[in-house]
Amino acid sequence: MLRRLKSWTVFGMIALVMAGCSAPTVLQPKGPVASQQSDLIIFSIIFMLTIVAVVFVLLVVILLKYRDRKENPNYDPDHEGNIWLEVVWTVIPVIIVIALSIPTVQTIYSLEEPPEATRDKEPLVVHATSVNWKWIFSYPEQDIETVNYLNIPVDQPILFKLTSADSMAALWIPQLGGQKYNMAGMQTQLYLQADHEGTFAGRNANFTGEGFEAQRFDVNAISEEEFEDWVEETHETAPELTQAEYDLKLMIPGHVDEMTFKGTHLDWIDHATSGSYALEARERLGYEERNPNSKAPEKELIDPNTLEYYTNPESREEEESSEHEGHVAEETDGEHASDSEHSH
Amino acid sequence: MNLRWDEFIVTGDPLILGAQISIVLVSIALVFGLTYFKKWGWLWRDWITSVDHKKIGIMYIIAALLMLFRGGVDALLMRIQLAAPEMEFLSAQHYNEIFTTHGTIMIIFMAMPFLIGLMNVVVPLQIGARDVAFPFLNNLSFWTFFVGAMLFNISFVVGGSPSAGWTSYVPMAGNELSPGPGQNYYLLGLQISGIGTLLTGINFIVTILKMRTKGMTLFRMPMFTWTTLITSLIITFAFPVLTVSLALMTFDRLFGTHFFTLADGGMPMLWANLFWIWGHPEVYIVILPAFGIFSEIITTFARKTLFGYKAMVGSVVIISCLSFLVWVHHFYTMGSGAAVNSFFSITTMMISIPTGVKIFNWLFTMYKGRISFKQPMLWSIAFIPNFVIGGVTGVMLAMAAADYQYHNTYFLVSHFHYVLIAGTVFACFAGLVFWYPKMFGHKLNEKIGQWAFWLFMIGFNVCFFPQYFLGLDGMPRRTFSYLPEEGWFSLNFISTVGAFVMGLGFLIFVYNVYYSFRHSARETSGDCWGSGRTLEWATSSAIPPFYNFAVLPEVRTIDPYWHMKEDGQESQKEEDYKPIHMPSNTGLGFIMSVFLGISGFGLVFEWYWIGLVGVILTFACMIYRSFQQDDGYYVPVEKIKETERHASV
Repeated sequence: MLRRLKSWTVFGMIALVMAGCSAPTVLQPKGPVASQQSDLIIFSIIFMLTIVAVVFVLLVVILLKYRDRKENPNYDPDHEGNIWLEVVWTVIPVIIVIALSIPTVQTIYSLEEPPEATRDKEPLVVHATSVNWKWIFSYPEQDIETVNYLNIPVDQPILFKLTSADSMAALWIPQLGGQKYNMAGMQTQLYLQADHEGTFAGRNANFTGEGFEAQRFDVNAISEEEFEDWVEETHETAPELTQAEYDLKLMIPGHVDEMTFKGTHLDWIDHATSGSYALEARERLGYEERNPNSKAPEKELIDPNTLEYYTNPESREEEESSEHEGHVAEETDGEHASDSEHSH
Repeated sequence: MNLRWDEFIVTGDPLILGAQISIVLVSIALVFGLTYFKKWGWLWRDWITSVDHKKIGIMYIIAALLMLFRGGVDALLMRIQLAAPEMEFLSAQHYNEIFTTHGTIMIIFMAMPFLIGLMNVVVPLQIGARDVAFPFLNNLSFWTFFVGAMLFNISFVVGGSPSAGWTSYVPMAGNELSPGPGQNYYLLGLQISGIGTLLTGINFIVTILKMRTKGMTLFRMPMFTWTTLITSLIITFAFPVLTVSLALMTFDRLFGTHFFTLADGGMPMLWANLFWIWGHPEVYIVILPAFGIFSEIITTFARKTLFGYKAMVGSVVIISCLSFLVWVHHFYTMGSGAAVNSFFSITTMMISIPTGVKIFNWLFTMYKGRISFKQPMLWSIAFIPNFVIGGVTGVMLAMAAADYQYHNTYFLVSHFHYVLIAGTVFACFAGLVFWYPKMFGHKLNEKIGQWAFWLFMIGFNVCFFPQYFLGLDGMPRRTFSYLPEEGWFSLNFISTVGAFVMGLGFLIFVYNVYYSFRHSARETSGDCWGSGRTLEWATSSAIPPFYNFAVLPEVRTIDPYWHMKEDGQESQKEEDYKPIHMPSNTGLGFIMSVFLGISGFGLVFEWYWIGLVGVILTFACMIYRSFQQDDGYYVPVEKIKETERHASV
């Protein structure tokens, strides 16, 4: 099956090149996941082109042959059906749907697992967290966190654990494979893999508001040794990630440059289990989401180093225990009664 | 809501300022014109309070055309912004507001009302009835729709528009990430107009089941009536879901509940499910009537019986059932698991089977026909190839594993415009041109109409075909800009050119309305195209008298009027006239809707006392209405004779 698909891929590529354009990104896969999808797409395109051709030819012939002329020898106003024809155009689509369903279901199932070729390798786990309008990548095993860029070794499956700190986003690296949603308070999984070294564009594909367009990141697929070197180097040079910095720089909506940290935010928070962390952090720091039509001056953020929450971990524990009793309700009416609590 | 006084009116954008000035000028001109020509009474008596299904239909269509203009302007603004990389024509926020209103308006306030308008004009005539089953509800339906639409539309000048997309996914659309009145406009505008749609659905089910003339069995009903019946059933099943989900989100935003919030156990995924459990059937609500319209037009202009009538009815029924079983295909990427995605892939692909059957049946309706290429037929023929392109790409999208690469991209955008424009919008134009003489007593000019058709159709393909390739090349939907190095400039530019050609086609269509009003010959018979098949063409004049038929026709076959003409039994005898019972006009529908609108406006800004007063007054109207003793009136035989003599001149 797969081999036949491959030959069709080649056929499709030739057709595209003949049409005078280079293949679009999605059909230039750089890894096994994207190849499977690209094969499936080309497989379906061939069916679809056939269907379109049949309908178009039939339409043109009928329009020409039965247009209103002075004499219409074949005109038969009461002709109203033919059971055999109807059976034919019911059965053929049924066959086509079956023909498309089989590879679709196969591919759906196979995408849930690491790529076949490298199944014996342990996948590299990366937690990808979206927050308006940034990407945070945590490497728990390497104890590294990067922002807005991703380094991965080639020929090794990457297991993404996707979540979001606020709005629903979708992690998409077209040349490595299709997207999946990042949702706050939940975790989804996505296997991707690069077979070729290089830099590929990644982005958020699901609309998340004003800064959505620039919520992009680069994926650097590098050799295994280079990856090891990078991990080592990062441990030596990168600054330690603190919660104060995490909240101030990453949890507040906006764009930031690429960043690298030692340590990951998973040490104190997993957004997949606590969906409202970012909203609470914003409230602590005095950030207020504005009505886009607002003309009020923007509020200044509170310096986290002045908040007991960040400077005195004990107060945090107290608060968390009170939270479990259900006291910290989300303020939805714009009043920030709890702000003063935090800041004193 | 902490709204400062200077945030109430949207300011600071020259485009919006222009819109504000033109709204004020048009309003002044309208008031002045109506006063100067002493037309206020005419407007109130003949239109606003009318329960005549034909007039309500016309009002629906006019409102839908206005909304098509509004949504079209939104589209052109977006296309300008995307014409080149890094354009600075619109800001991100403004772009987000515009694509949100474009989507909402086109689906809820353009496509559905346009089709409901055509249903109103045509269906009672097609089944040989004098009006719908509940004429007052019909008037109320229109006004709730209209008030809801207006409430939604003023958002861009008062308070600010919603900007979370027409799907309004939470948490984006929640209070925490979208504060302010914008999203409330969406919730309340849709809620109010949704009442009207639900009422219409119930009204047409009862009308079609109970008001058919003698001999019109279910399997003698014209296809448009069939599709209207099935559509009404879908509406009645699907709209309550929308009503409830809108209410839940309204509670979240206004009263601090936690159905969809991130904190305190809310579940954002629930919204996506609820939205699409309504939203997918909604797609069929706007496409099935279109299928009906094409069936009527193709048989009329091929001068042939519909090929495979029973298969056509059967496929509509199957499509309507499947439409409730496919909603998850809107979010395969939510990670529901392989089994769920496989199930929904297959059910979605299955929809293509009955749809394919319909396509071939239309093709073979023209086989052995005598096809004349008049405007309505051109739109209907163009529908077939364009819709097939939209359909096959729909099958591609249905394949979940491949969809991970198309989802949220321009591939999807192109697909749904191919089905919604080539399906629904072409049908709206086709139906409007086809039944235009039924509404206004003259045809639209053929030559100008064909210009409009060709420009719109070619512009449509130039605009949307490149978008398939943009999608495959990785361009996400809803992005307000892109980078030069992404290489999407040329296709985007072509697309923008196409959009403007479509806009030109629309303008020519509108000009044709004016031109034909001035210059077209007035129709003298009820059978305006000369090859009418169904009962709407059997009326005594082009514009049917307010009671439709002096004597209700008796039906013995499918395509009854075609066979009546063959047998030479079209004329009605004066001695058969009997007094006709008709419903009285009422202003209550309009008044109730205005109260609902006031209530909605209050709630948008969280001024609860206004909201409460509006709701109380609406209920007061309902109570008043239930004690009203108005059983309508009888039209005496003399009046019928006089009207019919007038009509047949």
